[in-house]
Amino acid sequence: MHVTFKVTAGDFSNAGKISSSIKTLLKQLNISSVDVKRIIVALYEAEVNVVAHSYGGEVVCDIEPHQAFIQVIDTGPGIPDLDLAMTEGWSTATAEVREMGFGAGMGLPNIRKNTDELSIQTQAGGHTHIMMRFYISEGTI
Amino acid sequence: MTLRDVVEIVQGTVLCGEEFLDREVKLGFASDLMSDVLTLLADDILLITGLSNNQAIRTAEMSDITQILFVRNKKPTKTMIDLAREQNITIIVTACSMFKSSGLLYQKGLQPIY
Ligand SMILES: Nc1ncnc2c1ncn2[C@@H]1O[C@H](COP(=O)(O)OP(=O)(O)OP(=O)(O)O)[C@@H](O)[C@H]1O
Ligand SMILES: [Mg+2]
Repeated sequence: MHVTFKVTAGDFSNAGKISSSIKTLLKQLNISSVDVKRIIVALYEAEVNVVAHSYGGEVVCDIEPHQAFIQVIDTGPGIPDLDLAMTEGWSTATAEVREMGFGAGMGLPNIRKNTDELSIQTQAGGHTHIMMRFYISEGTI
Repeated sequence: MTLRDVVEIVQGTVLCGEEFLDREVKLGFASDLMSDVLTLLADDILLITGLSNNQAIRTAEMSDITQILFVRNKKPTKTMIDLAREQNITIIVTACSMFKSSGLLYQKGLQPIY
């Protein structure tokens, strides 16, 4: 199954809608609640990052038997120092983002914890492309 | 304790999810940082927060949290309440601060996560 969604930069009132839709989908596929939770927590963190830190982008979700492959791709501004960004507590979040309850610098570390395979391609001035793979144990797909 | 007990202990008001007041809650977590909440593995948590916006409800939804206590009379918007209803999330509001709410609930046996 292949689905894609657009993510709008700065649109905090709708941040999480995509994760919510995909959560509904995963539940309909009878994927275990433990797998659903880690997939959705990682996706939601990535979705909020696109809303909070980027110019906007998309979520591309491929669900196959035994695995979910989710890509979150935005159009910039990219992450200059990825190692630093992956460090717990590191954040460049604006006051506006902090007011929304984000900006603890825990999103990327949280994504790493919840994924089975994680690959991030990014560079200053370029786009950020996050690839998350999850092995799933149950499901009717 | 049940959600009904929570309401009584903090003298709260239920804004939605009245039908779930018999639900048991064992663990409490107080935070305004949503990514902090998103690290929790346990379910059946009472989220105690002063952050009253859509993302508080979304974060609960993504973390399988089905009860939120908003402190200091932070009034959730209609959109938030609609979102919560869709997800069968109970919303309770209290005039107590985060510190007082947590203290009262801890004293009555609500367990911390850490
Ligand atoms: N898609 C992105 N585009 C550009 N920069 C990003 C992107 N995602 C993350 N970053 C950068 O990496 C930093 C760390 O991200 P991370 O998700 O770990 O923390 P945060 O979003 O700042 O706070 P939290 O996720 O805890 O609410 C961000 O502050 C930002 O500087
Ligand atoms: Mg983040």
